[in-house]
Amino acid sequence: MTPTYYLLLSALLFSIGAVGVLVRRNAIVVFMCIELMLNSVNLTLVTFARINGSLDGQVIAFFVMVVAAAEVVVGLAIIMSIFRTRRTASVDDANLLKY
Amino acid sequence: MTSLAQAVVDSVSLGEGITFWVLAPVALAGALGMVLARNAVHSALMLVTTMFCLAVFYIVQQAPFLGFVQIIVYTGAIMMLFLFVLMLVGRDSSDSVVEVLRGQRLAGLALGLGLAVLLVGAVGSALISVEPIGLAAGGAGAGGNVTGLGALIFTKYLLAFELTSALLITAAMGAMVLAYAQSKGYAKRGQRATVEARLRGEHDRISPLPGPGVFATGNSVAVPAILPDGSIAPESISAIIDATPVQVVDEIAPGARALTDARALTGGRADDDRGARHDAEETS
Repeated sequence: MTPTYYLLLSALLFSIGAVGVLVRRNAIVVFMCIELMLNSVNLTLVTFARINGSLDGQVIAFFVMVVAAAEVVVGLAIIMSIFRTRRTASVDDANLLKY
Repeated sequence: MTSLAQAVVDSVSLGEGITFWVLAPVALAGALGMVLARNAVHSALMLVTTMFCLAVFYIVQQAPFLGFVQIIVYTGAIMMLFLFVLMLVGRDSSDSVVEVLRGQRLAGLALGLGLAVLLVGAVGSALISVEPIGLAAGGAGAGGNVTGLGALIFTKYLLAFELTSALLITAAMGAMVLAYAQSKGYAKRGQRATVEARLRGEHDRISPLPGPGVFATGNSVAVPAILPDGSIAPESISAIIDATPVQVVDEIAPGARALTDARALTGGRADDDRGARHDAEETS
């Protein structure tokens, strides 16, 4: 086998995460699916770093992790504040800006 | 390209192949389970499984630093943050089955399948014959993975690294602003002032709400406290417990109700809690 199988695996994981974002209604689960997509892209970056023989991909994956950590903190805080005011964590119920 | 192909020394060893074929189905199963699980806590634990598998993949692919950062930051910090928020928001915030847009689930599934087919097809046809150079052969991991990463971060990617610090500070500030429960603007009343206010009758009752009853047969918050006359204190049961849909215990395990029924301890008749409460109110 070649490292391309890692790329195929991460493509499948990314698709599963995308389906989860589209299908699930719980905001926290949607967030977890986004995390899964970020992780699969990280696997792609690490694999390309290995294929190309350069550490740049790993550095970019490292930055992706940092940005993901910041994004999770802010996103979960937003979900918390929405839950505190609307008593729900469903993405369907956060529709105050709709009209 | 031929010169690169000749320089290839990095091939997938047998052990790595075995690791991949064992852990890749586990990672896929974890991801699928995360999407399919009804309970959000189960979803989080499935995602932890997938992230652990990915960490092993990083380590196997000559990225040990990223593998350990994955374990520490993702499964250690981020997923625990998810679980904290899940516990704060409550398990009852599970998915509603109602579709707001009709056919949205099927359309999402079809689009995801199409994306998977496209990605796998494109990647598979374009890259399946690529020969990996390998970090060691490419000269990138000469001084060790962490050394190489550190050198890159603090030279070539220094500006991005500095911007990262600004991003993290901003995120921390934003989280504090968003998640901070705002006070109402008046000074918090102390313990003595609260007691005096209670005695003046500013509260509904002079004493705090009674805690749940804790007996030798059960320490659940669903066990009510018992008043001196043996009847049940209605305030000791949280309103959430009454609102939660329950299965009748008698259908699952006949006789199990005697273990949690407060009346069983006082020798009274096993009756419905509300009925007993109404009886007590009527007699008094």
